Amino acid sequence: MIIHTHRPLRVVLYEGQGSIPLTPEARLQVISALLDKGYAVTRAAAGSSAMPHDERSLLVLGQFPDQKAPIIEDATGQVRIETRDISGLYVQAILGLVEKSRNGTPMNEPGRWKPWFPVIDYTRCTNCMQCLSFCLFDVYGVDENHKIQVQNNDNCKTNCPACSRVCPEVAIMFPKYQGGPINGDEVNQAEANREKIKVDISSLLGGDIYAALKDRSAAAKSRFSKERSPDKALDERKKCLTKLVGDGFIPADVLASLPTPDEILRKAEQAKAKAAAALAAQAE
Amino acid sequence: MSDTPAPTLLYCRCAYAQVVPSGVKNEVLSQLCASGTSFETVSDLCEMAAHRDPRLKALAACGRLRIAACYPRAVRGLFQQAGAPLAENAEILNMRTQTAAEITDAMLKS
Repeated sequence: MIIHTHRPLRVVLYEGQGSIPLTPEARLQVISALLDKGYAVTRAAAGSSAMPHDERSLLVLGQFPDQKAPIIEDATGQVRIETRDISGLYVQAILGLVEKSRNGTPMNEPGRWKPWFPVIDYTRCTNCMQCLSFCLFDVYGVDENHKIQVQNNDNCKTNCPACSRVCPEVAIMFPKYQGGPINGDEVNQAEANREKIKVDISSLLGGDIYAALKDRSAAAKSRFSKERSPDKALDERKKCLTKLVGDGFIPADVLASLPTPDEILRKAEQAKAKAAAALAAQAE
Repeated sequence: MSDTPAPTLLYCRCAYAQVVPSGVKNEVLSQLCASGTSFETVSDLCEMAAHRDPRLKALAACGRLRIAACYPRAVRGLFQQAGAPLAENAEILNMRTQTAAEITDAMLKS
């Protein structure tokens, strides 16, 4: 589950004036370990400037003369700055220092959640609203200018790239997906031309979805295909939804949102109406 | 001597999913660590974009930016979606398709 708090801490590995640089090996170990725990780390070396700071707390790590970390205060008084000497410490001890400084403030950590959500390539998107019509989970919406945008990325179902399959312009990416062009790889002309055949969304929202949901064995036989077509997109939606309702893999609230075919169709109609309204507003 | 400021170097660890080959991302980080320069590292740009981390805006606004991450189309999309569109001159190196040597050379060139 994602935690919607920003990085609580910026860690700076300070190796500038008044400090003793780490060896490259030690530097690599420290930075790797912190990154793999979810921290952002700045390496500040002598003679080159680091990024300006923001309002977050700042933890400065370094090897300081006499193993005494200097006391640093923010001139504006807005940023809490801590300094720690790491001379002679092993990586685990340094990690411990950082965790202690974070003091239990919530933070996302790798391994507990996968950042899975669509990313729109606006250089390709034509604002056709097919994605908005297709998605049953309210991931998409429109901004004040009736432009499609990803509004609720938490609603997106992990590992389900179904909406990218219905996009006629190959404009929807999932950066954590393995294959191209969904992963953001360049779109070749053949793929783009294939998508020019607009998908009839109503055909995707037919009453056979519920039957397919129940037919797990049929869905299990379907295989993820790189080929794009309305049928393939429908298959993928079925597969995705089947997976969602299967084996307790999904949270209870998702199960609750997919109880009946009527409900599925109602949500589909809602999404379709939202898309139609946005398209009508564009045309005005 | 050039008046162009040195680019800010940004390395994405892609720690939340194993889609970047670990050999490449480890070697790139190793070479950055072996260099004498300052650089920024983040655990995962996707994770930051998911909650519109304001740090992305700070990064996008820092002038010349050179990024070692994944597909340029995806990286630009992530920044844009987070309300922090990258400048045209941002350079994006792809650790999913390029070699560590290619990326290191491009990141550390003057």
